[in-house]
Amino acid sequence: MTVLAASAWSQPFFHHALLAGTFIALAAGLVGYFLVLRAQVFTGDALSHVAFTGAMAALAGGYDLRVGLFVGCVGAGLLLAGIGRAGRADDVVIGSAFAWILGLGSFFLTLYTTSRSGAMGGAGTSVLFGTIFGLDGGQTLVAVLVAAAISAVMVLIARPLLFATVDEAVAAARGVPVRLLGFGFLALVGACAGEATQAVGSLLLLGLLAAPAGAALRLTVRPFVGLALSAGLAVGEMWAGLAASALIPSLPPSFAIMAAATAAYGATFLFRPTVGSAPRPVAA
Amino acid sequence: MPLADASSTGWSWNLVADFQQMWSYPFMVNAFRAGAVVAVVAGAVGWFMVLRRQTFAGHTLSVVAFPGAAFATLVGISLSLGYFGFCVAAALALAALRRDGQAGGAGESAATGVVQAFLLACGYLFMALYKGLLEGPQALLFGSFLGITTGQVAVLAVVGVVVLAVLAVIGRPLLFASVDPQVAAGRGVPVRLLSTLFLVLLGAATAEAAQITGALLVFALMVLPAATAQVLTARPGLSLLLTVLIGFAVTWLGLVAAFYWPYPLGFFVTTFAFAGFLAAHAARALQGVRARSGGTLLQAGAA
Repeated sequence: MTVLAASAWSQPFFHHALLAGTFIALAAGLVGYFLVLRAQVFTGDALSHVAFTGAMAALAGGYDLRVGLFVGCVGAGLLLAGIGRAGRADDVVIGSAFAWILGLGSFFLTLYTTSRSGAMGGAGTSVLFGTIFGLDGGQTLVAVLVAAAISAVMVLIARPLLFATVDEAVAAARGVPVRLLGFGFLALVGACAGEATQAVGSLLLLGLLAAPAGAALRLTVRPFVGLALSAGLAVGEMWAGLAASALIPSLPPSFAIMAAATAAYGATFLFRPTVGSAPRPVAA
Repeated sequence: MPLADASSTGWSWNLVADFQQMWSYPFMVNAFRAGAVVAVVAGAVGWFMVLRRQTFAGHTLSVVAFPGAAFATLVGISLSLGYFGFCVAAALALAALRRDGQAGGAGESAATGVVQAFLLACGYLFMALYKGLLEGPQALLFGSFLGITTGQVAVLAVVGVVVLAVLAVIGRPLLFASVDPQVAAGRGVPVRLLSTLFLVLLGAATAEAAQITGALLVFALMVLPAATAQVLTARPGLSLLLTVLIGFAVTWLGLVAAFYWPYPLGFFVTTFAFAGFLAAHAARALQGVRARSGGTLLQAGAA
């Protein structure tokens, strides 16, 4: 077992996965914190399904998978921001829209698998559940750059976005561009969803967005500490998951990462049953 | 006979002949029966789900059907048992997590998201452990109406009747608790118990529907007809009836379309349902415009 583990540690695919995973987790932790604080987790859920349809549409049309991911997710993020008042859409409208988008995804999947018989039969599964160990050097570089850009923008807009999240009316009165921030934030969530799909897959990225942020919100009420904690937890969980799946070859990395994230989130229930109330989100 | 079959496989606008042709295959008869049961049960439960704004919880329960089915395949128990076991267990877990967080708060939605992602990851693990499931995941996620047996239809019908009966018993207090939880609690309605019970019903209904539409698209059958009906009318009884009718219509239309065209059932069902949803919104917007222009006409007449 140790021989196997040692061989996995030194493989280039593991280094790529570690590098890309670290930055993807960092971006997901930062974006996820605001997603949970703004009570928009369901929007993240919707975007994760859009990611699947976008990827399948790109594959069926013969384009690069990542083009579909980013165009689909950022477009859907802007659309969801557009149909809601002040950048918040109604849950039922989101649910209705993404139920159909998912149906469309199954259509593109059929189109793709019947037009290219057998060659890439596992493409649907790999988009749904991720293939972090399958990234090559170029893909890793793009993933790192995109994730670093998302993280930098999040850090830059963190202050006004926090203000707009906690008290929208006062922020608007003080001249904070609340609506623009709402749009920009959902576009960032879309980009982050497209990015994280490559690591853990479109079905599981919700865990990467929600679990570290949920744990951070339970542990501290101070927003910037919480933001840093969320990013740190996400990166730590990514490392733990990758290490676990390198040690135990039959464990898929996506599952190991989710298991680490869930364990950390569950642990917050044991250590600190209740820490007052987190910074209150504006009622959705 | 095979020749006649081959010449008449296309859609022929002769409805009687088309249905006769489809129902000459036992698997299609079963698919239509199962579709009818699922549409009615999912519609009725989904109506309350939309009213209570629990779409996220509903979606989480619906995707849980996937690990349930994957687990059943892995250990070799009946698929129905896997579906129902996982969905009802997840419903109880959500109800327990809901207890200490405030309803609709940031903490609750994060908890729901974590439950969903973790269970899906478990589904992936079960699938990875069960090496032979090459084509399975897509059928489990997106559904297949080809292999429904008469026994499965019977199970679906029994569960459907039980769910509808419980819903009929708790319907009135649940409606009260959904519309105004505080007043309902003040009047002595057991709001928390009802909420837990409703989540379990939701779990059972999604487990049932997942067997025909697949885990990812159950949610469409629950949310779309109900959302459409609630746009069209505000009266509870009427919109509940409308929900069931719309669900029934889109499921059967979807089955007919999926029989004649080589695309997945889920795609047709969601597309028809979403078209209905958009049409309902358009109709209401048009009504609003007409009412407003009527108002200006009246004003013009007065001036």
